[in-house]
Amino acid sequence: MKRNRTLRLFERALILSALKESFVKLNPKVMMRNPVMFSVEISTVIMMVITAMSMFSNNIEYGSFNYNLIIAVLLFLTLLFANFAEAIAEARGKAQAASLRKTREDTPAKRMESNGTITIINSASLLKDDLFIAEAGDTIPLDGEIIDGIASIDESAITGESAPVIREAGTDQSGVIGGTRVLSDRIIVKVTTAQGESFLDKMIQLVEGANRQKTPNEIALTLLLASFTIVFLVVTVTLKPFSTFANTPVTITALISLFVCLIPTTIGGLLSAIGIAGMERALGANVIPKSGKAVENAGDIDVVLLAKTGTITIGKRKATNFFQVGDSTYENLSKFSLLSSLSDPTPEGKSIVELADSSKRMLSTELLEGAKFIQFSAETKMSGVDLKDGTTIRKGAWSAIQKWATKTSDTSEVDLKCREIGENGGTPLVVAMDKKVLGVIQLEDIIKPGIKERFDRLRKMGVKTVMVTGDNPLTAAFIAKQAGVDDFIAEATPVDKLEYILKEQNDGKLVAMMGDGTNDSPALAQADVGVAMNSGTQAAKEAANMVDLDNDPTKLLEVIEIGKQLLITRGNVTTFSLVNDVAKYFAIVPALFSTSIPALNSLNIMQLSSPNSAIISAVIFNAFIIPALIPLALKGVKYKPLGASALLTRNLLIYGLGGLIVPAIAIKLIDMVVSLF
Amino acid sequence: MYNGLIGIVLILLVVLIAAYPLGNYISRVFKGEPVFTDFMRPFEEKIYQLCGIDSRHEMDWKGNAKALLRLNAIFFVWAFIVLVTQGATGLLNPANIVSMDPFLAFNTAASFVTNTNLQHYSGETGLSYFSQIAVVLFLQFVSAASGISAFALLLVGLVKRQSALLGNFYYSFVRSATRVLLPLALLVSLLLLLAGTPNNFSEPACYVNLEGDTTVVAMGPVATITSIKQLGTNGGGFYGPNSAHPFENPNYITNVIENISILLIPVALVFAFGFYINHRKLAVLIFSVMSILFIFFVVGAIYFESLGNPLITKTGVMQTNGSMEGKEVRFGPILSAFWGVSTTSTSNGSVNSMHDSQTPLAGGIYMLDMMINAIYGGVGVGMLNFFLFILVSAFIGGLMVGRTPEFLGKKIEAKEIKIAVLVILLHPILILVGSALSSHLMTVNPENGWLSNDSYHGFSQMLYEFTSASANNGSGFEGLADNNAFWNITTGLVMLLGRYIPIIGPLAIAGSLASKTQFQVLKVLWMPPVWHLVLFFWV
Repeated sequence: MKRNRTLRLFERALILSALKESFVKLNPKVMMRNPVMFSVEISTVIMMVITAMSMFSNNIEYGSFNYNLIIAVLLFLTLLFANFAEAIAEARGKAQAASLRKTREDTPAKRMESNGTITIINSASLLKDDLFIAEAGDTIPLDGEIIDGIASIDESAITGESAPVIREAGTDQSGVIGGTRVLSDRIIVKVTTAQGESFLDKMIQLVEGANRQKTPNEIALTLLLASFTIVFLVVTVTLKPFSTFANTPVTITALISLFVCLIPTTIGGLLSAIGIAGMERALGANVIPKSGKAVENAGDIDVVLLAKTGTITIGKRKATNFFQVGDSTYENLSKFSLLSSLSDPTPEGKSIVELADSSKRMLSTELLEGAKFIQFSAETKMSGVDLKDGTTIRKGAWSAIQKWATKTSDTSEVDLKCREIGENGGTPLVVAMDKKVLGVIQLEDIIKPGIKERFDRLRKMGVKTVMVTGDNPLTAAFIAKQAGVDDFIAEATPVDKLEYILKEQNDGKLVAMMGDGTNDSPALAQADVGVAMNSGTQAAKEAANMVDLDNDPTKLLEVIEIGKQLLITRGNVTTFSLVNDVAKYFAIVPALFSTSIPALNSLNIMQLSSPNSAIISAVIFNAFIIPALIPLALKGVKYKPLGASALLTRNLLIYGLGGLIVPAIAIKLIDMVVSLF
Repeated sequence: MYNGLIGIVLILLVVLIAAYPLGNYISRVFKGEPVFTDFMRPFEEKIYQLCGIDSRHEMDWKGNAKALLRLNAIFFVWAFIVLVTQGATGLLNPANIVSMDPFLAFNTAASFVTNTNLQHYSGETGLSYFSQIAVVLFLQFVSAASGISAFALLLVGLVKRQSALLGNFYYSFVRSATRVLLPLALLVSLLLLLAGTPNNFSEPACYVNLEGDTTVVAMGPVATITSIKQLGTNGGGFYGPNSAHPFENPNYITNVIENISILLIPVALVFAFGFYINHRKLAVLIFSVMSILFIFFVVGAIYFESLGNPLITKTGVMQTNGSMEGKEVRFGPILSAFWGVSTTSTSNGSVNSMHDSQTPLAGGIYMLDMMINAIYGGVGVGMLNFFLFILVSAFIGGLMVGRTPEFLGKKIEAKEIKIAVLVILLHPILILVGSALSSHLMTVNPENGWLSNDSYHGFSQMLYEFTSASANNGSGFEGLADNNAFWNITTGLVMLLGRYIPIIGPLAIAGSLASKTQFQVLKVLWMPPVWHLVLFFWV
């Protein structure tokens, strides 16, 4: 059962808290972080002063009270809408994080004191480097690393994956996550992150306004938007002496309306919401980004290193064929293969049983009586069975069997067969009986369904896929071809991965990779986007800039798409916002001057009814386009894997041309309604 | 009618055919590859030796910017001294022209050192021959060379990888002068001479006309100055009426030659960009974007000029030739409009008709042209301006397709955007603040006699003046009484700011880009400069 990943767009509780936050955020100190909206805030204050003055004075310069009040209220709404956009994004991010965190709070912890005694305390008082004990049925209070013991752990609370996982000290799978439950055995765990420092806590900080670091990209865009604001400020301020000189009086209200409509308030109001929503989407995919920059970088990736097992293939190899060698027969081979695999629990062993004809099972039961099974071990690299009658059967890699099967007369035939299997992407498993080779079993990797299409999409986005595998080059080449990856690293060692990343980076590419073990950490640190599996070692998680709670290697692809979507959303809302100015310009400028320069009326292409209604309509549009775009900002622009130029054309058409037409129509419609009053 | 159109086709053809190979040549000159003008080397070595310059010593962007500013400061002081002492020294001064007053001299020195050539004086009565040569002619060469050299430094920055050095300013400066400007100026001067432009140091000729009045005809080294005036996008005429004067631009042929000279180097530099960074397709793309806008403006200006003045039409007078007010009969409205667009696009500023008298919308086009200031643009600086627009466009374009923005494989980050927008902002701010200030003063004191027209046209005169100064264009909406302290000082300052900040900014960006690693280049990541059109629409 998976954790409910997606929040509804507008949860009632979130909306209420976001509404409250929108007012809190009016604090000028907070607003200053966003120059565009800050200038709207100043304009609102000025408008309020003018409204007040117009109430008590009949000076024509101030204009009518009602009109001023309407504009002042609209500007205030613009501010609130922008704040609301940010607040709702923050609220959603926090809700996502909170649902992940809920499980880990207020769990009792069994702390192990230095003298070995155990005291039960609240997990909140556990410190970094403390040791605690977790036994079957316990909930692990904090993230840590097993220093002693092995346990099976139910991580479904965090990952949604119901199958228990094995975690063991001293291996690459030594990390445990707070909130997960120990199913069996007893482990001693060392706390690796102090309370409040765990990834989730970091994540919540990232989402919250106060601590949110702007990404380089966001800073550059903020600068650009600020510069637009300055230009339009100068334009509107200098318009005053110009109009006075030309004897065309313009009210301050009109100038402020012009200013607020021209500055890019739409993107200014949605910018931070878009960034937070990006991180929230990553969190929704059970990936914890350590910074907003990491998500952005993910959208930029040129090269992805993907582990073969689990990403490209389903991780289980399947026996597909028996090849006998020498004077043995096919029947013999399949019979003894079956015998040796009947109690082999590995997926390979099971698939051999499946392949061997089921009719031969009958003879096997009696043969197996009193048989002794030899487990696979790292030293011998073989497994097998010793039968009661003294027959010994072994299967394993050819290099291992070759040493054992000393009675084999002709090894060249086996050599040939093994190479042939390897070339076709299979893995040879040699079976020998009584030190004599019987034949070779062909094991094949099963490519995940749909993965090829996924790689095609990546290729269209301009991302190069590289398969990393421990297989020999022949096998790797075959699988690479079948799965449709662009390149592969065969017989990969951690150093190979690091070198490959460095080489690509030297060519100016951004590289992403996923890893779990300690020896992956240099490569994870070097990669521009390193995603560590949560089950991995602490070192790997520290080195990476994202942690995947699901331990799912394909997550990398999802992360890239989330990053791209974030960048595209931001770019397109910017475009939309800037292009909007054209329509607003055609609404307001004729309204400002048409009384004194009738020729400018030809610019009133939308045929708005009166100068006042034109300005009010433009300001209304300007305010309400922000909440109208909140769903887009939160959900992100629909992402299509296309080439860069096709994507640019498409987005220019939708958001560029759309940005030209939509406000024109909307302002016209608002004007029709406004002019009724 | 057809004469005009034939002239335009001729001009465009020659520019197009000549600019491409010239661009290649200029790129080779910058790179120091062998070219046919290598015989100039001993001469150049002499200059380096004389000034104690090591032309092979590479500097970072700050060093180069300092070199450029230092050299320009020396030119400025030199020009100022010559102008205020021209009467006293009496050098080459057969017409006995008096010394300039300091405000006008400040304005004039600023004007010529910044390649603007805004003239608040009339050449034939305001300058001695010595000033014409030592100030006008000299600065027309070196200010153009400064601009081209700044562009050359940017190019170095774009191709460099992980190095803060941008080459040597003096090297590209001297070579732009000796190998690009000098040979071309020589060629154009000869052509103009053959076509009838005078070139001498004689005193003004006098004759008594039929009515018995004495007419003084000013002479001087006209052909020499006119050639570099056009080639270096300078625009400062020998005579007050500039290329509308019958000696500076005697006939149809000289008009075609001069108009070609206006466009030639600015267009060639676009191609030089492509050759230098080895990305010719990009150069062609830039050229076509610029040209589309250029043609658009040309068509607009010609259309409005050919329609004639609607107020005259109302009186029943036929205007089959279009609006002729302020135009020379030998050029007519079409060639005048084409010239107007050419000179305002390229930051040249020479005129062959009075822009003040053109129809309002044609005048508006000229102003828009100068506000963009990057359709080909001034020699060197036009491409620097366009480069900033490209950066901003590439930034937004990159965001739209979900890539971190880059240009030519170099990441565009906050630092570059900051500099780019500051420089882009400067232009509208200078124009608007200047015009607002003068509008305000006019409102407070309408009797100061600055304007020959009031209301909107008067406003246009002021706006045009500041636009022209800030764009370093130098043409004027005449009718503005601009030789007084206010206009001399304000436009002088605007010219200096409008020149050096848009040079230093891109150099700083070039320095920052040069030190970056080159990232993988994405094929087409460039969009038409819709943004800056939108940006300037408001001005």
